[in-house]
Amino acid sequence: MTTFGKLNRRHFLGTSAAALGAAALGGLARPAMAAGDLTVGFIYVGPKDDFGYNQAHAEGAAAVKEMAGVTVLEEENVPESQDVQNTMESMINFDGAGLLFPTSFGYFNPHILELAPKYADVRFEHCGGLWAEGNPTNAGSYFGYIGMGQYLNGIAAGHATKSKKIGFVAAKPIPQVLNNINSFLLGARAVDPEITCQVIFTGEWSLAVKEAEATNALADQGCDVITCHVDGPKVVCETAVARGAYVCGYHADQSPLAGDMYLTGAEWNWAGVYTDMVTKFMAGEAVPNFLRGGLADGFIKMSPLGPAVSDAGRAQFEAVKGEIMAGGFAAIKGPLKDNAGNVIAADGEAFVETDVALESMDYLVEGVLGSTS
Amino acid sequence: MSALDQMPAPGRPAMARALAGLMPRAEAVLIPAGALLAGFAIFSLFLGALGKSPAEFFGLVWKAGFSSAFSWQNTLSRVGPLALAALCVALPARLGLVVIGGEGAIVLGGLAAAVTGTVLAGLPGYPAMLLMAVAAMILGGLWIGAIGALRIRRGVNETIASLLMAYIAIALFNHFVEGPFRDPASLNKPSTAPLAETLRVGDMPFIATHWGVVAAALACLLCWVLIDRTTLGFAARIAGDNVRAAQVQGLPVARLVIGFTALGGAFAGLAGFYEVAAVHGSANASLIAGYGYTGILVAFLARHNPLAILPVAILLGGFEASSGLVQRRMDLPDATILVFEGIVFVIILLSEALYGRLRIFTPGYWEHR
Amino acid sequence: MEPVEIGLWGVPLAVLGGAIRVSTPFLFVSLGECLTERSGRINLGLEGTLVFGAMTGYALAYESGSPYVGVLAAALAGACFGLLHGWICKFRGVNDIAIGIALMLLGMGLAFFFGKPYIQPVAPDLPAINFGWWSDIPQVRAALQVNVLFLLGGLLAVAMAWMFRSTRVGLTLRVVGDSTDAARAMGLDPDRVRLLATAAGGALAGIGGAYLSLYYPGSWNEGISSGQGLMAIALVIFARWNPINCFWAALLFGGAGALGPALQSVGVSEGYYLFFAAPYVLTLGLLILTSSPDRAMQGAPLELSLTK
Repeated sequence: MTTFGKLNRRHFLGTSAAALGAAALGGLARPAMAAGDLTVGFIYVGPKDDFGYNQAHAEGAAAVKEMAGVTVLEEENVPESQDVQNTMESMINFDGAGLLFPTSFGYFNPHILELAPKYADVRFEHCGGLWAEGNPTNAGSYFGYIGMGQYLNGIAAGHATKSKKIGFVAAKPIPQVLNNINSFLLGARAVDPEITCQVIFTGEWSLAVKEAEATNALADQGCDVITCHVDGPKVVCETAVARGAYVCGYHADQSPLAGDMYLTGAEWNWAGVYTDMVTKFMAGEAVPNFLRGGLADGFIKMSPLGPAVSDAGRAQFEAVKGEIMAGGFAAIKGPLKDNAGNVIAADGEAFVETDVALESMDYLVEGVLGSTS
Repeated sequence: MSALDQMPAPGRPAMARALAGLMPRAEAVLIPAGALLAGFAIFSLFLGALGKSPAEFFGLVWKAGFSSAFSWQNTLSRVGPLALAALCVALPARLGLVVIGGEGAIVLGGLAAAVTGTVLAGLPGYPAMLLMAVAAMILGGLWIGAIGALRIRRGVNETIASLLMAYIAIALFNHFVEGPFRDPASLNKPSTAPLAETLRVGDMPFIATHWGVVAAALACLLCWVLIDRTTLGFAARIAGDNVRAAQVQGLPVARLVIGFTALGGAFAGLAGFYEVAAVHGSANASLIAGYGYTGILVAFLARHNPLAILPVAILLGGFEASSGLVQRRMDLPDATILVFEGIVFVIILLSEALYGRLRIFTPGYWEHR
Repeated sequence: MEPVEIGLWGVPLAVLGGAIRVSTPFLFVSLGECLTERSGRINLGLEGTLVFGAMTGYALAYESGSPYVGVLAAALAGACFGLLHGWICKFRGVNDIAIGIALMLLGMGLAFFFGKPYIQPVAPDLPAINFGWWSDIPQVRAALQVNVLFLLGGLLAVAMAWMFRSTRVGLTLRVVGDSTDAARAMGLDPDRVRLLATAAGGALAGIGGAYLSLYYPGSWNEGISSGQGLMAIALVIFARWNPINCFWAALLFGGAGALGPALQSVGVSEGYYLFFAAPYVLTLGLLILTSSPDRAMQGAPLELSLTK
C-alpha cells in the first residue's frame, strides 16, 4: 500500500527529474508543486461528454478538481491497447501523477497489471471490480451495483408500458450487461409478470448507426419503453423518443435528450466515491483494494422521475428504492428460470445484490427474448 | 552559394564534384525534411490563430516523443505494428495494387497466434512462440493473398475486396473470440485463454519496448533486399509499371501478385502475433486498434520504399506519443495531434511534386558553376 | 397510435426501412466519388469529408436553428476539402490516393477538434416526409418516413446518369477521365475539370455527413461514422462508375445492414456478429460473381490511378 511518505518521494523525484529536463530543454517543465499536493490522472476510453460512461467519470473528476491541493490530469479517447500503458506512464513520468483512475474496463488486464509492479509508489484505481487476491497491492478496483438501478428502471418501465413489451439495446453479452438486462425485466415483472423484454446486442460499445437500427428494430416489435447498456446512450435515447417510446437512462442523466419521454435512469455517482478515495489517499489512510457499493453507499443514483411516471409507479418506485437502501435486496430470487428453462434459483433461494455469484452471470431470465451467444 | 563563388579556384572543382555527387542523393532527404518544416510552420499558424504557443507545442512533442529513454519507449511501442502494417500496403503497391485491408490480417493473425498458443501450451517457450508467429503469418498471408488471387483469377478489384474482407475478418474475429474460442473465465472482457508466461514475448534490454520493433526493422530490410536487390523484385517492379509488358516478357505475373500480397499479409499477421504475445496476452476486441489503417498512410508517405517505412513510422509514433502531454499541458483536445499529422502529411505528400524539379539537386547545377 | 404485432414481417420491413434510413450517406458519398473518379481522379479522403460535413452541419444547424443552413454549410465545407484535394493533385508527381488518405486524417482531426463543444447541444433535425400515410400500422409508417435528402439523392443519381450520357458537361468529364492527352487536344483543361469534379464530389460527401448528424442517427459525436465514407468509395467500384448502380448499391448496403438487428428482434440471435457482416459478405459475393478476368475494369475511367 502506498504511504504518504513514499508519495512525497515520488514527487521529489518527479520534480527533480523535471528540473533536469528543464535544464536540458530550456524551461519546459511544469512548476514544482508544494509538498503534500497530489496529482491525479483520469483516463477515458471515449469522449468525456458522451452522455454516458465516460461523462459519468468525468463528472467525478470534476468534483476531484475542486479539492484543495489536487491537480487533475485528464485524457480522452485512449484505446485499450499499448496506448493506455503509454498514457499512464506518461502521466507518472512527466506529470508526477501519484494516483491514477484508468476508467475503462479493458485497461486492467494486462495494462494495469503490467505497470503496477513497475511503479510501486503509484496507486492504480480501476473501475470495474476486477482486482483479485494476488494482484499487485498498489492496484485496486471499485464498482457499483448498478443492476439495482436497472431494477428500478424496470419498475418505472413496467408502469409505463402499454404493449407489455420493453426493449434493451446492449453491447455485448457479458455478466455486467446480462445482470442489467435481467434486473430491468425483473423490475418490470414486479409490476406485471406478463411483461417481456426484447434484447438486441450490437457487438460494440460505441457504434452509432447500429444502435439506432437496434432501437428501431425494438420499436418495430412493439417495445414502448427502451433502455440500453452501451457507452454513450445518446443515440438510443433520441431514436427511441423519435419512435414514440419511453426511455430509461443509463450511466448518466439523459433527461435533456428525452424530455417528457424520460422515465428515470440508473446513473453512476462517482463524484462522492472519487472525492472520498482521494481524501483517504492524501491523508495516508488505507484505501481498500476491492471497493463496492450500491444505492445506499452513494455509488449509484437514480435520475429524478419524469412526468410520465404514474402515481402508482412513483409509489412502488419509492417503496422498492427504500427496500434497496435498507440493504439485502435481491432481484434474482426463486423460483426463477432462465429463458432456456433451466432453474436459476429454487424456491426460497435468493441472490442479494452483493452476491459474488452474480458477477459470473451467463443467463437471461425467463421473459427476456434473446440469447447470450 | 555566394560563398562557393568566392572560393579559391583550385578548391572549386573538387567541391563542385563532391556536391554534384552528393546533392542528387540528398534530394530524397532534403525535400521531405523541408516539407516537414513547412508543415510545422503551417501548423504553428493554426495554433497561433487559436492563441496557443507553437513553441510550447513543439517542445512537448520533442519531450514526449524523442527526448528521453522513456519517450523513445513510448514512440517505439507504436513503430512495430505500424511498420508491419505498412509493409502490407507497400509490397502489393510495388505491383500497382492498392490494398487497404491490412487490419483484417492483423486481427486474424492475432487470433491465430492466440489459439496456437493455447493449443501448444505444453511446448517449451521458443519453439511454441515460433509456431505461433508462423500460424499468424500463414493466416494473414492467406487472407491478403486471397485478395491477390481474386484479382488475378477473377478480376476482382483488390481495393474494395481488401476493405470488405477487413470488415469480414473483424466480424469473424469477434465471433470466434466471443464464441468458440472464448475462455469461460474471461467474464466481462471476452478473450481467448491467456497465454502461458513462457509464451509471452518480453521487452528488449535497456528499453521497455517489446521485440516487435526489431522484427519490423528486419522485415523492412528483408523487403528492401527483395525489391531492390533480387530479380524477383525487379520483375515485380516491371509488372507494377506495365502488366502487359511483363506478360509479354514472360514474367509470372500471377504468381508475383499472389506472392507479394501474401507476403504483405504475412507481415500484417506478424503484427497481430506481437500484439497478442507481447502486449495483450490473449486475443480480444482491444486488438482492433486501427494499426492497419494508419499503416496505409505510413506506406504512402514512405512512397512504398521499405527502408523509408521505419523513419516514417518513428515520426508518426513520436507524434502520437505526444498526444497525451499536449492534451494535459496545453488544454487542447486530443484531436490536435490528428490535425497536426494531417497538415504535416499533406505538405510532405505535396512536396513530392518537387522531385526532379529543383535544379540544386541536379549534378549539372554544381558542375557548371 | 397503438403498436401492432407484426412478428416476422418485422424483418423485411426493417430491411426496407433500413435501406431508406441508412443508405443516404452511402448514396451521397458514392455519387460524389463517382463524379470525381469519372474525371480521372480518386479522392480517398471522403471519409474525412463526411465526418467534417457531419460536424459542420450539426454545428451550423445548432447555431442558426435551421437544419437546412447546416446542410448547406456541410456542402460548402465538403467543397473546400474537394478543392484542396483537386488543387494539390494537379501537381505532377503527387499521388492522389496518398493525398486522399492524408486529407482523411486532416478532415477527421479538424472535425473532432472543432466539434468538441457540439457533442452535448441538441441541433434541430431535418424533417422527413411521411410516405406511409395510407397504412394504419405504425411500423410501416415509421419505415416509410423518408428524408428529403434520400429523395434528392435518388433524383441526383438519375440526373447524373443522364448528364454523363447526354450532356456536354458529361462528355467533357468522360473525355478528361479517359485521356488527358485527348482532352488537351480538344482544348479542354483537364486540371480545371478535375478540380471542379473533386470539389463537387466533396460537396456531396459533406451533405452525406450532414444527413448522419442531422437526421439519422441524428447527433454529432466522434463515432458518428463507422467507415461509411470509405465503404462508399468502395461501392463506386462495385457500381462500376454508374450513378444508377451507386443508388442500388447504397440501398443494398443499407438494407443488409438492418438485417442483423432485425433478425435478433425476432429471435434469431446466435452468431450475431456474422449477421452484422452481411452487407460486406453480400457485396463481396456479388463482386466476385460479377467480375471476370477479361473485363476486370469495365466501365472504369482510363486515367484512374487505381486501375492503371
